[in-house]
Amino acid sequence: MNLIKLTGAQAVVESLLAEQVDTIFGYPGGAIMPIYDALYDYKSTVNHILVRHEQGAIHAAQGYARTSGKTGVVFATSGPGATNLITGLADAMIDSTPLVCITGQVASHLLGTDAFQETDVVGISMPITKWNCQVTKAEDIPAAIAKAFYIARSGRPGPVLIDITKDAQFSETDFHYKKCTNIRSYYPRPKLNKSVAEEAAKLINEAKKPYLLIGQGIMLSNAEEELLEFAEKSGIPVASTLLGLGAFPNNHPQYVGFLGMHGDYAPNIKTNECDVLIAIGMRFDDRVTGDVSRYAKQARVVHVDIDAAELNKIIKADVAVHSDAKEALRILTDLVVPKQHTSWLQEFKDAKKIEVETLLESTRKLHSEELKMDEVVKMLSELTNGEAVVVTDVGQHQMMTARYYQYNKTKSNITSGGLGTMGFALPAAIGAKYGAPDKTVVAIIGDGGFQMTLQELGTIMQSDINLKVIILNNRFLGMVRQWQQMFFEKRYSFTNMVSPDFVALSQAYSIEASKVEAREDLKNKLLKMLNHNGSYLLEVMVAKEENVFPMMTTGASVSEVRLN
Amino acid sequence: MEKTYTVSVFTENSIGMMNRVTIIFTRRHLNIDSITASESEVKGVFRYTIVLRTTREQVDKVIGQLEKLIDVFKAFVHEDSEVVHQEIALYKIKTAGLTNGDVEKVIREHHARILTVDPQFMVIEKTGHVAETQLLFEKLKPYRVLEFARSGRVAVTKPMKEFSTYLKELEESNC
Repeated sequence: MNLIKLTGAQAVVESLLAEQVDTIFGYPGGAIMPIYDALYDYKSTVNHILVRHEQGAIHAAQGYARTSGKTGVVFATSGPGATNLITGLADAMIDSTPLVCITGQVASHLLGTDAFQETDVVGISMPITKWNCQVTKAEDIPAAIAKAFYIARSGRPGPVLIDITKDAQFSETDFHYKKCTNIRSYYPRPKLNKSVAEEAAKLINEAKKPYLLIGQGIMLSNAEEELLEFAEKSGIPVASTLLGLGAFPNNHPQYVGFLGMHGDYAPNIKTNECDVLIAIGMRFDDRVTGDVSRYAKQARVVHVDIDAAELNKIIKADVAVHSDAKEALRILTDLVVPKQHTSWLQEFKDAKKIEVETLLESTRKLHSEELKMDEVVKMLSELTNGEAVVVTDVGQHQMMTARYYQYNKTKSNITSGGLGTMGFALPAAIGAKYGAPDKTVVAIIGDGGFQMTLQELGTIMQSDINLKVIILNNRFLGMVRQWQQMFFEKRYSFTNMVSPDFVALSQAYSIEASKVEAREDLKNKLLKMLNHNGSYLLEVMVAKEENVFPMMTTGASVSEVRLN
Repeated sequence: MEKTYTVSVFTENSIGMMNRVTIIFTRRHLNIDSITASESEVKGVFRYTIVLRTTREQVDKVIGQLEKLIDVFKAFVHEDSEVVHQEIALYKIKTAGLTNGDVEKVIREHHARILTVDPQFMVIEKTGHVAETQLLFEKLKPYRVLEFARSGRVAVTKPMKEFSTYLKELEESNC
């Protein structure tokens, strides 16, 4: 074997190259300087994107991972650099995003001494990483990185953090990289039990009103084609969770809509009318189920998930299939009999009609001259044929986008689902663009969330990427305001927000920008934004007090969705 | 309904493992009554024995989340009737008390033993269930217990399946 002598810092970069890493999001600082110094020699092979805040780096890596299907890589220094990653780690953990975060740490002889910029990041990040470790010797670096990539991407993906002391980065080691393919206490590839699959197929074949709920697991296991085959052969209506949007083409005749608190009417109420509920790669989040004691009680439940801890966690499954979605769908497709559920599908369409008419009626009552968020999203969807990568933040605009953007392509919906991190969208969109450079990437953000991470406009400026940013400005923290209106007697406690001139702000960063205030300008300005060669920010002034409906209020059942 | 459960967790011996295991309980607002850790019958594999009072539903979900940890091989939960368990307690009392004939009687009656005798103090050891070690504590109180320490529960299970068999099954389940 040919061994080369490298410093720990060089070993970090060489290990990343061995994992085919070509993009890193990061921010240098004292304890990670040796790694940055080593990176200087790899400028032509590795693209490092300098963000403006470490939270921006990790959200960008999340966006990158979600559009590219690869593992996102983050560099940050010790102390504040590391703690600034925490929100992103928690976000990636709950949304199953594969990340490898490398943090610098003070020299090993200083550990535990409250040294400058020392923080116990391994301790802090333990509950919000899939795995983490501290490396204090250069020779341990390649194996730790190999293990990190294996864990991040296999099984149910998640974020991994490796904390490397400064002395480990400086000292020399014989470099040899071996990919990790097995850890004796970790079983990421459950063998699908054939008899369990047969049991599931039997339930599906006997069902009169089967109903398929899909989640992000479809995309994480690259099972989009298998899903399409299974759905078309079985004829079952398909609904999606927030993170599952895009896994099944939204223009498909069997697609019935979006689930959950602000989901569509039909998919929610039909949950309590189906006879067999098939859930694949989704985890019955409380925003999807509403009151679990009144959730799908009439149905037999088939739950497919790669994470055994999700099975029977929230909803008791009659058949729990511990498996990767792709493999399960392949086998189930073989086992199910071809069917069409025309009248059952029609029931969804009838319910949809009720929703559309009721919402239309409510809109008529509002001041018609004010632009509504849904108009903007619908127009964007039309102009991009539902084929753009759409990155959203958290709040009303997020729900409106999930409701009205027609996601026809997989890995095209990037949003903070489980954690609900405001400030996610702008940095995530930067990463999403690096992960899908040939696609149109549009970030849709509220005026509140935008101001949580707007410093990343600097990253856009310096990276010279082609990113479109739409701010839906309602001059409120809209979702909280909606709840205050509905459940807190309109006591708008600290939800009205005064914002800077976003157009001028954007221009200060040399990003072209304009503002839409009238309906007649919307289409042209959207077109101008989309056709602009380079990044563009469009601020759209929307109605101040628009509410998102349908809505399943806290404690309500899926059958009690409110349309107004 | 709340009950006492014994959770056994088999893990790698890595830094921070105790923390990884306990925060799963913390997150669900569960209080751990006792915890012990030592190497198991399989070399390099550590066994944590955790005792807590909670509901079956909660503890089952805890098991799922423990097994999700990368360095955990397997976790089990048992009710008291399914395990043979024991604790050890040490009592330090003044040696002067030994001359009192009653102490000897107490030690004999409780099947305790004297570990060491120093001119000033002696140490008595008793193994048993909590109620038993506690009873001896009460009985020794009149002689002034200078120090008292009780270990967490250690337990072995009654079912005959060995951990190494589980290990083998787990390896095979990984396709």
